[in-house]
Amino acid sequence: MDIIKTTTLDFSHYLTEQEIADIEHEASIMEYREAAGIEALKIVQAHRGWVSDDSLYAIADLLNMPSAQLEEVATFYNLIYRQKVGRYVIHLCDSISCHLTGYEEVLAAIKQHLGIEYGQTTSDGLFTLLSNVCLGGCDKAPTMMIAKQHYQQLTPARVVDILSSLQFQAKQEDKADD
Amino acid sequence: MTNSHLAGSSALTKPLTHLVNLEQPLNFSQYQAQGGYVGATKALHEYSPKQVLDLVSDSGLQGRGGAGFPTGMKWSCVPMFADDDTNAPEFKYLVCNADEMEPGTFKDRMLLEGVPHQLIEAMIIAAYTIGANRAYIFIRGEYHLAAERLTAAIAEAYQAKWLGENIQGTSFQLDLYVHSSAGRYICGEETALINALEGKRANPRAKPPFPQVSGLFGKPTIVNNVETLSNIPHIVKNGVEWFKNLSPNSDAGTKIYGASGRVKTPGLWELPMGTTIREVLYHHGGGLLDGLNLKGFLPGGASTDFLLPEHLDTPMDYDSIGKAGSRLGTGGLIILDDQNCPVAMVLNLLKFFAQESCGWCTPCRDGTPWVVEVLTRIENGQGKLADLDTLDELCDFMWLGKTHCALAPGAVEPLKSALRYFHDDFEQHISKGCCPYHGGQS
Repeated sequence: MDIIKTTTLDFSHYLTEQEIADIEHEASIMEYREAAGIEALKIVQAHRGWVSDDSLYAIADLLNMPSAQLEEVATFYNLIYRQKVGRYVIHLCDSISCHLTGYEEVLAAIKQHLGIEYGQTTSDGLFTLLSNVCLGGCDKAPTMMIAKQHYQQLTPARVVDILSSLQFQAKQEDKADD
Repeated sequence: MTNSHLAGSSALTKPLTHLVNLEQPLNFSQYQAQGGYVGATKALHEYSPKQVLDLVSDSGLQGRGGAGFPTGMKWSCVPMFADDDTNAPEFKYLVCNADEMEPGTFKDRMLLEGVPHQLIEAMIIAAYTIGANRAYIFIRGEYHLAAERLTAAIAEAYQAKWLGENIQGTSFQLDLYVHSSAGRYICGEETALINALEGKRANPRAKPPFPQVSGLFGKPTIVNNVETLSNIPHIVKNGVEWFKNLSPNSDAGTKIYGASGRVKTPGLWELPMGTTIREVLYHHGGGLLDGLNLKGFLPGGASTDFLLPEHLDTPMDYDSIGKAGSRLGTGGLIILDDQNCPVAMVLNLLKFFAQESCGWCTPCRDGTPWVVEVLTRIENGQGKLADLDTLDELCDFMWLGKTHCALAPGAVEPLKSALRYFHDDFEQHISKGCCPYHGGQS
């Protein structure tokens, strides 16, 4: 009979001091610690781009909650990424006002320019393409959000311009880092 | 949604939007200089909580989030106004629902980004009225700019002693926090919002108990929409008669109406409650783009029934739109022109509801994707006439009383009305074997 060996992992040192401080602040304004779970996921994601399994276990440990409970929250919400994403995540609004005003053409232009489908990341790791429910810019549809920036009144030409300028910006940033 | 729409507006006819500045919202002292915090001063220094409640009840203010529930009645359900006030629970919460995610709705964003202090003032008065000492603004995760501006304004309000302990020298205490959501439409349902705020999956809760009795962390909780709350300082400041007289109809106050779709000048306009659809769409929205004709519209967001051009002279208030067979909802008109396919439009709406269903109850979890499957088939020209019967049946299975919350019934509203009003379009898709508008594009 095989013997199952178990190991106790300590994730408490996985998070940075800044992340822990931010999460502790959120926990302090709630009646119990696990209520800060969603904010905690967002805090770690803001620092690391996405929520890895290790990040999830570490947050669960910090908030004294089962990791399965945190996972059911993490996978429920649209803006928590449980897979690695590109440097720029494109959230293209696919709701009704955008649908009526040219969403399909904008989507086609993005797909053609980047060579990816919904849910995919470009091979250079720059862009991930996701759909988003109504972004609240219906009077200036079609719209999309990249990072914290909302882009409105999109056309196929304009969206390609925006993506091109982000590609240029990324190159400049990488040069500066070298 | 530019400031030019608001030019010439005044504090007394456009109370909610006259101070909106989307480029740079008024800071605390600017807002105060424009008559801000006068309502809150009056409430805290001149009125008892019960008196403020009576003002709000008498004003006839109804919830602007979509359901139109009387705000005063909602507040009055919070246990506190017994003869013996010591019976009132120790902890209560006030939550502002800023999870604006109803497709075609963008009014709250303008208030959040354009005049954050108005909402803070409103929440101070509301919290004082129900006796809450902690309040949250639950804002959707995509509204980054609004969250930043609110956070900055809240810091100013603490500085000016409008938040924290002993507010303005009284014994009233209030802490106000911004909670940025992680994105799900169902969070706009008030009991789902409460679960989300508790860090849980946003499944709606069974009612009763109602949140007013047992809500956030099991304590009495009031959840109000941004636009609803924003009315409060003005009602306290200007009185009940003024508020009622803003509207020519029985539904009181102003309403922020919107129009989107292929319209000449889409936007948002604060107008008397009960302004006709025609005036909103043609006078303010400029009508449809050249070459397009009006085929139908949703009067107040994705989860309202379609109406037709024959309904254009209906006043946009709860009662009149209800009698016309739809709901005022959020007041955001979504315009269907005669060159956009109604089947594709309904398919888009139902895809939204299917994706955003929380999955808690069967009619919604299984019904909405089933509708999407059938509609996709019809839109692609592979539908059969029997599919229309299936859709009718599904409308019944997903209707009120069979689900945990209003998401699935909300999905049924545009579907059922489209089946009725655009029946010929559905039949043509089936008989021609393709979409007459797109030639099969879905």
